[in-house]
Amino acid sequence: MNKLLLHPAAKPLVFVLCLLPFAWLAYGAFTDGLGANPAEHLIRSTGDWTLRFICIVLAVTPLRVMTRTNALARFRRMLGLFAYFYVVVHLLSYSLFDMGFDIPAIAKDIAKRPFILVGFTAFVLLTPLAATSFNRAIKALGAKRWQTLHKLVYGIAGLGLLHFFWMRAGKNNFAEVFVYAAIVATLLGWRVWNSARNRKAPRAVPTGRVQLSK
Amino acid sequence: LKGEKSAVAGAQTMEKLTEYKDATSYNNYYEFGTDKGDPVKNAGTLKTRPWTVEVEGLVKKPGKYGIDDLIKLSAQEERIYRLRCVEGWSMVIPWVGYSLAELIKRVEPHGNAKYVEFVTLADPKTMPFVGSRVLDWPYTEGLRMDEAMHPLTLLSFGMYGEVLPNQNGAPVRIVVPWKYGFKSAKSIVKIRFVEKEPGTAWNKAAAQEYGFYSNVNPDVDHPRWSQATERRIGDGSGLFAKRHKTLLFNGYEAQVGQLYAGMDLKKFY
Repeated sequence: MNKLLLHPAAKPLVFVLCLLPFAWLAYGAFTDGLGANPAEHLIRSTGDWTLRFICIVLAVTPLRVMTRTNALARFRRMLGLFAYFYVVVHLLSYSLFDMGFDIPAIAKDIAKRPFILVGFTAFVLLTPLAATSFNRAIKALGAKRWQTLHKLVYGIAGLGLLHFFWMRAGKNNFAEVFVYAAIVATLLGWRVWNSARNRKAPRAVPTGRVQLSK
Repeated sequence: LKGEKSAVAGAQTMEKLTEYKDATSYNNYYEFGTDKGDPVKNAGTLKTRPWTVEVEGLVKKPGKYGIDDLIKLSAQEERIYRLRCVEGWSMVIPWVGYSLAELIKRVEPHGNAKYVEFVTLADPKTMPFVGSRVLDWPYTEGLRMDEAMHPLTLLSFGMYGEVLPNQNGAPVRIVVPWKYGFKSAKSIVKIRFVEKEPGTAWNKAAAQEYGFYSNVNPDVDHPRWSQATERRIGDGSGLFAKRHKTLLFNGYEAQVGQLYAGMDLKKFY
């Protein structure tokens, strides 16, 4: 598995896979294939994909440790940046198709509607993470501080879930929200459990190490 | 199902009709699923014959109406109404039916009948989402007597010259064009005349978000979004369709404004 993941084509392949949902939506947008309310479809789908990528990126470390495939760490940065990519498209779609890029109206809307405020806060918090994802930033910050900063993603995942929960609250329709919440809870719970285990038996399994890959 | 062009004031908007395909595939009908694409997929199981509508409560002539007798009760009219969903989208739909008032006059309500309650079908065998905890089933709705008697309030059996597709509320539904869409109960099995304001499905689920009246009003926001504008479904420009300004009472103020004279619409939302 490690060998496969280290293959030179592995990264480009994952990159293309991550871009597929966007390509599919863009294709739909240009061919009138997004249903009766294309704007709503686009906004909701990009929100869904943001949440999915956050789950995927949070799954990297548990999978790496459990399956002892260290090569997985090479993909973490790209997956995280795709989460950011989809949230940017999500925010842009809302700003453009829902609000017509009327900046004062957007500012008012964000302040007025708690679920949008929560989503927007999550986006703002994710921005420094995306901005410090390159190697020089890691060196400049120092691994320790960089890692502390990037632990923000746990809180961001929570805010993203709250945003989704609130969006669905008016319809009392939480089934999907609970699925995402269960996934995030499992992935974060594993971290708590794993670090407790490591404290008992230090150096048993290395975890959470910053990987400086090229 | 054909209807004569209605002569009721406000019943013939000249706006471009929503395409049949959109009006029948983008629906809120939670008994068949909460996604707007669900009803068209799942509503095929609904059995619309035999069907009876029971009229009961504070009336001199309660009774059970077979659906085919109910259709023949009064002349079918075609009415082109704007439909504004509380979620911020809208359509223009040619409905077929007659004023609910025609039925109400025939059953002769007592003087103390102040409200009309609509009870809709909740059949777990044919409706896969009845039993989910999204709403308190059966879905019920209600109108004040003067709203129910207003000529624009339509008892509808068809749309686009055909009988109602299942996902649009077959075989009989209410259409109240100046209120948010969820006030227009679908697949009605009981019409009950009562003295006190009846509970309604969405009001019971989230009272601070959905009031009994739920008149379309651009100045009273939903707690989670603005109601100032709406997106007209399928108005041609696709993704870049400009949002329309929402009108008070969905543009039917001239016809229905007097029903609410002196009422604080922010309080009675």
